[in-house]
Amino acid sequence: MDLSGAFTAMWADLPAIFSMLIVGAAGLVVILMEAFQNRDPRIPWLTAGAFGLAMGWEAFQLGTAPDTAFFEQLRTGGYAAYINLLILGAGLFTTLVSPPYLRRLNRNFGEVYALLLFATVGMIMLGTSNTLISVFVGLETMSVCLYIMAGLLREDEGGIESGFKYFVLGAFSTGFLLYGIALMYGTTGTMHLPEMAGAFPDGVPLLFWAGVGLVIVGFGFKVSAAPFHMWTPDVYQGAPTTLTGYMSTASKASAFAALILILFFALPSAQASLVLAVLALITMAVGNVMALRQANVKRMLAYSSIAHAGYMFVALASGTTAGYSGALFYLLVYTVMNLGAFGVLALLEWDGMAGRKQTLSSLAGMGLERPVLGASMAVFMFSLIGFPPFGGFIGKYYIFAPAVSAGLTWLVIIGLLFSAMSGYYYLRVIYVLYMQTAADVAEADRAPEGGFAQPAWLSTAAVALCAVLLLVLGVAFSGVVDVTEMLFIQADAMAQTP
Amino acid sequence: MEVALDWYLALSAVMFTIGVFGVLLKRNAIVILMCVELMLNSANVALVGFSQSLADPTGQILVFFSIAVAAAEAAIGLAIVIAIFRKKRTVNINDIHLFKH
Repeated sequence: MDLSGAFTAMWADLPAIFSMLIVGAAGLVVILMEAFQNRDPRIPWLTAGAFGLAMGWEAFQLGTAPDTAFFEQLRTGGYAAYINLLILGAGLFTTLVSPPYLRRLNRNFGEVYALLLFATVGMIMLGTSNTLISVFVGLETMSVCLYIMAGLLREDEGGIESGFKYFVLGAFSTGFLLYGIALMYGTTGTMHLPEMAGAFPDGVPLLFWAGVGLVIVGFGFKVSAAPFHMWTPDVYQGAPTTLTGYMSTASKASAFAALILILFFALPSAQASLVLAVLALITMAVGNVMALRQANVKRMLAYSSIAHAGYMFVALASGTTAGYSGALFYLLVYTVMNLGAFGVLALLEWDGMAGRKQTLSSLAGMGLERPVLGASMAVFMFSLIGFPPFGGFIGKYYIFAPAVSAGLTWLVIIGLLFSAMSGYYYLRVIYVLYMQTAADVAEADRAPEGGFAQPAWLSTAAVALCAVLLLVLGVAFSGVVDVTEMLFIQADAMAQTP
Repeated sequence: MEVALDWYLALSAVMFTIGVFGVLLKRNAIVILMCVELMLNSANVALVGFSQSLADPTGQILVFFSIAVAAAEAAIGLAIVIAIFRKKRTVNINDIHLFKH
């Protein structure tokens, strides 16, 4: 290959990864600033600025035609821009709510924001990957940063335990993923996802399916699909709450985006459908049943995020473009409502241990004392159940409808029953927030006098914005759905042309 | 002397299996870390073997990335294990069980 030509081509591709560059550069600058002045107050603002700038850039890329960059390593265009916007938005929200929260935990290090930025670079790479190499590198860049963020409270027994569990199981799943990648590469002879589909004109060898299975196991760990979900509740309970929100949304969004790309380009025959349907069934069952009996709200939300991963697998199991675009839309809704819910929990936290000892009852009556937070939490909970007119209802519709047309009616009926069941544990949060007072709660569960900090206005505004966004998504959803559907029509056209 | 691809794959499969069972059965966090490294290296062996037999360098490029990732992961992992040892004076995973289901 002519190397000088390659160099020019790479220069020409730089605008395609503008957001990755800006976010990564901001991460490096943050580390330098922290080295010169500990806990520099400008760091969160710089971080937020980098996220905002990258979001502005991506918003203009939404309508562009799909293409690839860097010798077909990364995808660009609408699909990539949509996923990047989601990830960067989650990063921006986390940057806005984190500083006052981390200051209260005495952990407002500049490195946290650097890790947040670097993890985002990894997520962008993962969510826009076109080869298995960028899947692996992106996933690991993201995971390594998240391990540290989970163990941020290292003087607290629970905090470090959460980091440890995340690390051990995450590294374990990396082994499966890499071995699966090796097998997929070895049988097809290529790392490029679009080329894999045509690699077997006469019969798919068993070794390839073994590779696909191992890759799905690896992704199952990352998106916490049962039976690979064991780490999720422990990690979410011990990690700093605002960062938990980031972990549970952005990392899942990018992992699901990469999984959709793999399923859509490398396995277009929808032969994995039954496996995904079974995975969806188990995940929904475990998530919803276990969430019923959790006293700790963060733990309950962890099981709820498992359940929602199950709903998304229903859409993937349908194996149609409608299903994939429904999953993309649901990722957006899920990100907004989960970020908001974790944001509210972070603002209502008083135990100084990332809320790992706080029971739901300790929040009794806070809905009336903090009206904005209470109302937002009510919106998030109703949306998580899938109640109209919020985004969660529309999201569930676009997930379940394609599955019905794909003949998975049994799965959809089970899914709907489980989401009806989920009403119990979501509504209980609203009940405690509004109908109970501190006097109704046992002495041991009660928050200490003046334990609840006065929330910062910026954090409250960010949470309220999430609630408003959910209402907007629930009413004016057609624009977003058009976008997600168009992304797959374009991608389809691209897959046809060699 | 040319070694057939099957032998590389057999070696990598054996290494991978030892790694998986090591992670599942061992109780010492350091040993678990070593077994994870074994799993990653077994994938590297398979990748290099495939790459050689396909006469395509892409597999070996991924091996370079995975070596770097394994190093980064080991650094983070050891840091976390040291932090947990400072707190609990043990690295036995049976004693790390604060959270209840």
